[in-house]
Amino acid sequence: MTTVTLGRPPLERHLRDHRDQGRKALVPYVTAGVTPGWTGLVEALADAGADAIEIGLPYSDPMLEGTTIQEASQRALDQGMTTDRALAAVAELDLNVPLVVMTYSNLIRHRGAGVFCERLASAGVSGLIPVDTPLDEATPLLAAARSHGIETVLIVAPSTPPDRIEAIADQGSGFVYASTVMGTTGERTTLGDQAADLATRVRAATDRPVLMGFGISGPQTAAQAARHADGVIMGAAVMRRVLAGESANEVAGLVREVRTALDAIIEPRWP
Amino acid sequence: MTQTASVLADPGADGRFGAFGGRYVPEALIPACRSLEREFRSAWSDSAFREHLTRTLAVYAGRPTPVTPAARLSAELGVTVLLKREDLAHTGSHKINNVLGQALLAQRRGCTTLLAETGAGQHGVATATVGALLGLDVTVFMGAKDVERQALNVFRMELLGAKVVPVTSGSQTLADATSEAFRHWVGQSETAHYCIGSVMGPHPYPWMVREFQRVIGEEARGQCAQLLPAGIPDVVVACVGGGSNAAGTFAGFVGTSARLVGVEAAGGASIGNGSPGILHGFESYLLQNDDGQVLEAHSVSAGLDYPGVGPEHAHLADSGRATYVSADDDEVLAAMVKLARTEGILGALESCHAVAWVLRAAGTDELPTSSTVLVTLSGRGDKDAAQVRELLK
Ligand SMILES: Cc1ncc(COP(=O)(O)O)c(C=O)c1O
Repeated sequence: MTTVTLGRPPLERHLRDHRDQGRKALVPYVTAGVTPGWTGLVEALADAGADAIEIGLPYSDPMLEGTTIQEASQRALDQGMTTDRALAAVAELDLNVPLVVMTYSNLIRHRGAGVFCERLASAGVSGLIPVDTPLDEATPLLAAARSHGIETVLIVAPSTPPDRIEAIADQGSGFVYASTVMGTTGERTTLGDQAADLATRVRAATDRPVLMGFGISGPQTAAQAARHADGVIMGAAVMRRVLAGESANEVAGLVREVRTALDAIIEPRWP
Repeated sequence: MTQTASVLADPGADGRFGAFGGRYVPEALIPACRSLEREFRSAWSDSAFREHLTRTLAVYAGRPTPVTPAARLSAELGVTVLLKREDLAHTGSHKINNVLGQALLAQRRGCTTLLAETGAGQHGVATATVGALLGLDVTVFMGAKDVERQALNVFRMELLGAKVVPVTSGSQTLADATSEAFRHWVGQSETAHYCIGSVMGPHPYPWMVREFQRVIGEEARGQCAQLLPAGIPDVVVACVGGGSNAAGTFAGFVGTSARLVGVEAAGGASIGNGSPGILHGFESYLLQNDDGQVLEAHSVSAGLDYPGVGPEHAHLADSGRATYVSADDDEVLAAMVKLARTEGILGALESCHAVAWVLRAAGTDELPTSSTVLVTLSGRGDKDAAQVRELLK
């Protein structure tokens, strides 16, 4: 593949296709700039069986991150990573899976939602996860994203009431991001009942793909979550290995293991 | 001025003060913010709740605090200076007004734990104090650097039964402590109340904290009516970190002809040097770099070391109803000494920013000879004695 940006499929269609084929989606997360070789890591994860990649823009005050992603973010900032540099690097990536950018409101607000979404689009990014922009504040961002062809992925939490789940699923796009816990990002050894419960409620409320994130630490938790959802997002488990100095190939090994676990799930096609 | 009707009022369901404010929190916290807003609206229109709060402020916190005419300072400056004495409130600053209000509200909601962030430790000490009074568990998040710098306040909090958690991320100061408090709140929002220390955070905090601090301005308004021939001062001035003592003071005078002046720390002047941004749940002026990364504030007073400012102040600045200026560390130290020697009052370094402006402005167009000025002295300076001793060496 040589020209890349055009080759990256829209997010939701891509995930719906996977769901129709009975394939659970796997979306690993990488903090832009965490290591000098981070773009190579993104490519390695795509080759290892990721269905989309989430790119985190480093931010000085990441209020929803646990210690691992906080450290990754700080390391990236210390090495001079910025939003502009991250997006310039993303534009050069050679990938056949869609990219979703995860970020905090201030990095969007600082440029203005229109300019920010335009830059995402020109870097070949398909989707945006605005972590601390809840639905109530999202109207201008949703409009800007739509006009630049960016899919805005909104998060639901175990505390989200039914009417809000419906509104979030309706106004967001790409997929619905269901948080397995009331808490920050970070690995957990097992998922509580509220994860399955939330996934079931969200699936009942929408036809959009539902992916579960927060606390997915490896094949076991991934399979546990994916039994109730259309896929998983795995962040801290990936970044912990990167921070510990593992090579791109070693980290890709985790993605391969999780891929295998997800492919082993046999689920009756739902009506 | 005629725009007062919409100023320092109820910001409505979306929590907006003009273009500022709002509720930028992760989805997981939306139900907690909404429930808090509902409960505050209900409590604030419930006379039994308000009477209980007023009575507790009186018998426990020492309200009303006096307004002291600063006679020798006035004579020297040629302007009449009145001091609203929040330094005489229990725990030594205005922070107790807000904490008592929020803690009683937390109890009403059935919460058993208070979470708080603190910089210098004043808000942490106030929260630990009220936690002990009401039998609530208290966890205070404090930047690791501040834990070191304010060791005495850490011990005070622990003595009062609170748990102090040092925060080692980022710059290890107030902004990081605040982020960490939010992270913990996400995990326990059903049983814990996050007791924010200033007029910041997601809606309803900026409004709610201003309402709990309104008592400063309302008392002072009545006291000025007794003390001044004109009934109201020409100028009302307060220091601004997050902006809670200033917001509470201004609330009592916004409907009068008094000029309102907020004094930021020169090294943390979000209104003076910042640009619009979003941090810790609200939109306001923010110190940030070209990329949108939040910058660290630097001031001699830890209580003003915050890179943002309450959203209502951003609106008051834009609308022109209040003016924001800054004072640098040297002026503030000089003002502290001056106030101590002319009035026998050791003011907090934070509060001395407001005093420094009065010293600078007296006799100029800003504060002409023979005019009257009310200064909110937000806290006492005992906590700063060791630091000031080093700085004056
Ligand atoms: C004595 C005193 N004054 C002022 C402040 C700043 O807070 P605010 O601007 O919310 O009044 C603090 C904060 O710690 C304080 O301790």
